[in-house]
Order: sequence, then C-alpha cells, then structure tokens
Amino acid sequence: MAKVELKNLNKTYNKKIEALQDINLTIEDGQFFVLLGPSGAGKTTTLRCIGGLEKIDSGSILFNDEPVTEDQPASRDVCFVFQQYSLYPHYSVYENLAFPLRSPMRKLPEEQIKNKVENIAAMLKISNKLNNKATQLSGGEMQRVAIGRALVREPNIYLMDEPLSSLDAKLRETLRVELKNIQTNLKATILYVTHDQAEATTLADKIGVLKEGKIVQIGAPEEIYENPDSIYVSQRLGSPKINILPSSLFGMTDSIPTIGIRPENISIGSGQYSGKIISIENLGSETVVAISFQEHEILASIQGNYKSSINETINFDINVQKFLNFDEKGNRIYER
Amino acid sequence: MSQIKIVNLQKSFGDFTAVKNSNLIINDKEFFVLLGPSGCGKTTTLRMIAGLELPTSGEIYLGEEEVGMLRASERDIAFVFQLFALYPHMNVKKNLSFPLKMQGFSKSEIKTRVAEASKLLRIDHILNSNISSLSGGDRQRVALGRALVRRPKAFLMDEPLGTLDAEFREMMCLELKKLHIDIGATTVYVTHDQLEAMSLADRIAVMDGGEILQADEPNIIYNKPKTKFVASFIGSPGMNFIDIDQGISNEQSTIGIEGVNFNIPKQFETSKGNKNFFGIRPENLYLTDEEGLKGSVFGVEYLGSRKIITVKTNVGEIKVKTDISTNVKLNENVQIKPSNDNIIIFDGETDKSLNSEFMR
Repeated sequence: MAKVELKNLNKTYNKKIEALQDINLTIEDGQFFVLLGPSGAGKTTTLRCIGGLEKIDSGSILFNDEPVTEDQPASRDVCFVFQQYSLYPHYSVYENLAFPLRSPMRKLPEEQIKNKVENIAAMLKISNKLNNKATQLSGGEMQRVAIGRALVREPNIYLMDEPLSSLDAKLRETLRVELKNIQTNLKATILYVTHDQAEATTLADKIGVLKEGKIVQIGAPEEIYENPDSIYVSQRLGSPKINILPSSLFGMTDSIPTIGIRPENISIGSGQYSGKIISIENLGSETVVAISFQEHEILASIQGNYKSSINETINFDINVQKFLNFDEKGNRIYER
Repeated sequence: MSQIKIVNLQKSFGDFTAVKNSNLIINDKEFFVLLGPSGCGKTTTLRMIAGLELPTSGEIYLGEEEVGMLRASERDIAFVFQLFALYPHMNVKKNLSFPLKMQGFSKSEIKTRVAEASKLLRIDHILNSNISSLSGGDRQRVALGRALVRRPKAFLMDEPLGTLDAEFREMMCLELKKLHIDIGATTVYVTHDQLEAMSLADRIAVMDGGEILQADEPNIIYNKPKTKFVASFIGSPGMNFIDIDQGISNEQSTIGIEGVNFNIPKQFETSKGNKNFFGIRPENLYLTDEEGLKGSVFGVEYLGSRKIITVKTNVGEIKVKTDISTNVKLNENVQIKPSNDNIIIFDGETDKSLNSEFMR
C-alpha cells in the first residue's frame, strides 16, 4: 500500500463553486484517515480527486512521493467502496469476490485467487455464503461482500465513501469493529468519508475536519475531541453537543469572550450554580439534562439514571479545568 | 387534548396479519413512541389511529368517542409525515395560515393562532420570509407550526426526523421535546431509532411481528426488559447475551460461566429448559485483574467521553463500556466482571426475562 499526499489541492465546479480550497494532507502508509464534515464540506470531492474521478484545477497528488495527478483512474490503482453495494447479482459470492482478481491487468493464477478469496471471506465471516448468489444475501452480508471485493486487492489506497451508512444501527456497530480490525491486520491505507461522528472517532488513526472546502484541523480522535482549534471543530464531535456559552456567565473577563464545555464535565446535584431543568432525556446508560441558566441553555450528561422533574431548580457544578476558550471569531485561545 | 385507547386492534392484509390483537392506552398529554424494526406493525398502528387504514377488528377511542371507522378528516388529529412538506412559493405566514383558511376560519382567528404558534416555535421574526431562504431547522419549525395551528386533539408523527443527518436530528429531537413540554399535546410518534425513542418518549411501546412486546417508561424498557428482543433492540452498543447450557432454578444466586462463578440477582423463577441466556449491558461490565471471564481485546473504540472495548471470549464477543482512562491494546489478554447486579437471565424457550431480585 502507499503513502498518499495532497498538496495545495484546488477544485472548482462550473468555475464558480469552490469545492476544495488549498487542501494539504498526508495519509501515511497503513493509516486509517477519516474525513469528517457536514454535507457539502468537500469530503466526497476529495475522495474522487484522489481516485481520479474528478480533475483538479491545481495542486498535486502523490502516491509514495510519485505524482499521479495526470494519471488515469485505472492506472492509479485505487479501490472504491461506496454506500450502496454494487454486486453482480447473477454471480455467486465467490465469483463476486474473485472478479477484481481476474482482471486482465492482474491475471492471477486460479490457486492464488482461491486463497485470497477464502482468506477475506473468513475475515468478514461470510465463508459459509461463498456459494450463495449475491441476491440471496441480507443487506449486511451484501455490504460485507462489497467491502470484501475491495479487500481482495492490495491497491495503493482504499477510498471508502460512507460504506456503512445504509446499514441498520446494530450491524453498523459490528462491522465498525471488524473493519478496524481488518485494517489493522492488513496494515491497509484507507481514506474514509463520513458524517457519523461515532464512526470517525472509533475508526480513525487521524481525522481531518472539513469546513466549506477547507481542512480546518487534522489530528488523532482524542486531539480533535479534547483540543479543538475552533468552535466549529468542537461541535463536530461529542453527543450531546458541546455547550458554547459567553464567558461572562462565569464571571470571566473580556479577554476570553466565549467558552466551550462538554456536557460530561458538568455535574448535577450540588455546586455553586443553580438553574431550572428544561428537559430530561434518559438514554439508558446516560441521562442528558437541559438546564436553563441566566437565559442560556446548558446540557449536562450524567452516567446512569437521573430522577428529577421539569422546572425544578437544581444546583450544578462545572469542571472549569475543562473550559475551552475561544475568541470572537470562534478560534481557540491557547494558554501561553 | 385527549386520551387515545386501542382495544383488541387487529389489521390483516390478506393472509398477512400486520397488527395482532393490540391493546394500548396513551394518556392525555403523553409523548408516546411506537418503536420497532421495519415490518413490525408500528406504522400500520399509527395509520389506523389516524384513519388512513381501517382496522380489521377492534376499537380505537379518541377521548370518549370510538373513531375506528371514521374518516381521517372526521377525527380531530394532525398527522406529521416528513416535516419538510411545505409550499415553497408561499412565505412562512401563508404556509401557517393555509390549513386554517381551507377549513374556513375567520381572519382574526387565523391571525391569533398563527401568532401563537409562531411565538411558541420562535419563528415570529421570520413570518414574512420565503421558505427557500430558511435554514433546515427553521423549515422544520414551520412544518411543525402548520400542524400546531389546527390545535388538534392529538399529533401523530411517522419518522419525522428520519431523513435528517445525525447532527441535525439530535438538535430537532431536543426541540420537539421542549415543544411537547410547552404545549403538552398527546403525541404518538413512530420510529425505528431507539435513541430517538429513548430521548423523546414518556413511554415506549416496543413492537415486533405485529405484537406489542412491552409498553413502559424508557428507563424501565432499558433496565428491565420483558423479552430478549426488547433488551437487544434498545441500547447502543446492545446488551451482551451469553449462552448458558444449564437450567436456572428458583432461589439460584450464582452461575458458572467458563469455570468462573458469578453472582447473579436471586432468581424467583425456574427456567423452562437448559438453554438460557445471561444478559448484561456493556456499561455494567468492567475490565479487571481479578478472576473473571477471560478473553482478548478485539476492538478499542474511542467515543469522546467513553470507550467501547470488544473482547473475544470462548462464549462470544463481549462489549464493555468504560471511561476513557482505560488503556488496553489490541490482542491484550483481559478479564471481565459485572460491576453491579444489573444482570438478567432470559429463558431460552420463551425469550422472556426471568423474575428476580433485580427485575421485580
């Protein structure tokens, strides 16, 4: 597999819409890199540029330090997995998995093909389905085959565009762990696009956060979550969402206008602040309490069950060590 | 506002029974969620309450009145499908007043109601804006407002947030919840998303195969599920189930799994057979150096405020939810133990949870 670099990448559609602006990023060999952002941020466009499905306006794309910017998609040797599984319905699972290996560009001997297909099938736990027709599979199995069909090859990079989003929640959780495990074992280079934050933090070695066609922060999931560079980034991760509040609420000076505090850093029951309960969401393993405090709404997340009632006045406390400070523009103010 | 009661409700399409002999009371002012996988009968139940489907047998009461065979327009109910169904060429005010105009309300009454609804939804400052210029959130509020101005006896909603992306859905969920607290309208809400159900509902009915398996408050559904299906459908990640090849007897308070003895809540029931399940949620387990269930780490997932550790054991993959300070590596050998008595034994023959010290 390869190291993939994007340098000063720019891409506009119809000479007007700036889809990507000056994108710089490096995906190390064997790294699981996730692009995270809302719809329209440029995630899929980046993926398509790397694969050669979109022509870029300027900048360069390097695989193992060699430029591929002018290469045709086929010669870049990348491998796509899309949201919608596209299998050959009249083929068996085995034939679907073997198909990419039979390409005239590769011409692998049958023995080797058999080996690879069986290995991948075992990894994805579909060994007992190899003789089934693709149409005789459940949705989850079909998507496994689609992922498997990519994994039988060893391209420079796997480009995955929300491959789990069409599956139901349970299956997504299972496949998430399996995909990460397979990637670790194969030391595969993957660029993965999603707007699902749980997928981003659980799968990624590195996350790149996109905003309106620009990369605004790159870091390990822990860095992005705990040390966001801006309010925008802080709001991309965390459920329930981070509280963004004027610092004057906590008697802070003007030099820091805005603070961010994550709901798990607020405790309820005692403390120096008091507010009124607006709503209580019991989510099973945690409870989210919305508190009205000086005309602002604060979300607190508590482990386990919390019994109280709406409009009740309660005391709460904030772990001020966990305050994230932001300036007027929403950029992080780092302590000197 | 009104109580909704359904009695022995049944709906068949040819040979297929979509809803089987259902009984439910949805209390006045309650936010009631029908939850289940596709094909479980939740939407059919909702459509019968709305009058969009006629029951094969059984009764539906809206307040005191039996409405089962009445037309939809004769029931005082507002149905919200996809919240985005708005007239794009009309401004916000016209979108809100249109349904009232069609019903022949006076101009002054329309004005009062539009003002009231728009204030409640915090869209009174954009009444003259074009729909196309609004943000997604505002559009959704306008759509809700259109149902609100009619002041119906009940709101029926069929996956209204289904098409939105996750971030936006979370926001709208909270908005809906607050709105419900403000106006206190009886609401029946259909979804397949367990998290949405947990966060919105006063009570949830979990359905499967046309049957209502359990109707209770969210924390009861979550902590004391009546069947294995209910237990597995609620929670993310889902409950762990360990196969136990032994019968459970009344008064039993320990159980051997893989040669290790675990304390379980004292059982008040005897299992039917010798194939049962030990159920425990990921947050009620922890990793330990003491003697526990042995396994090796298969996955470590970082979720910001928590971590999920997947452990491969001889009795299957077990998920453990821990705090973020837990540091384990892939393939590391670990041991797992329950951290409290939130343990449920499910009868392998009936799928039902056995009564116990914890379940009672």
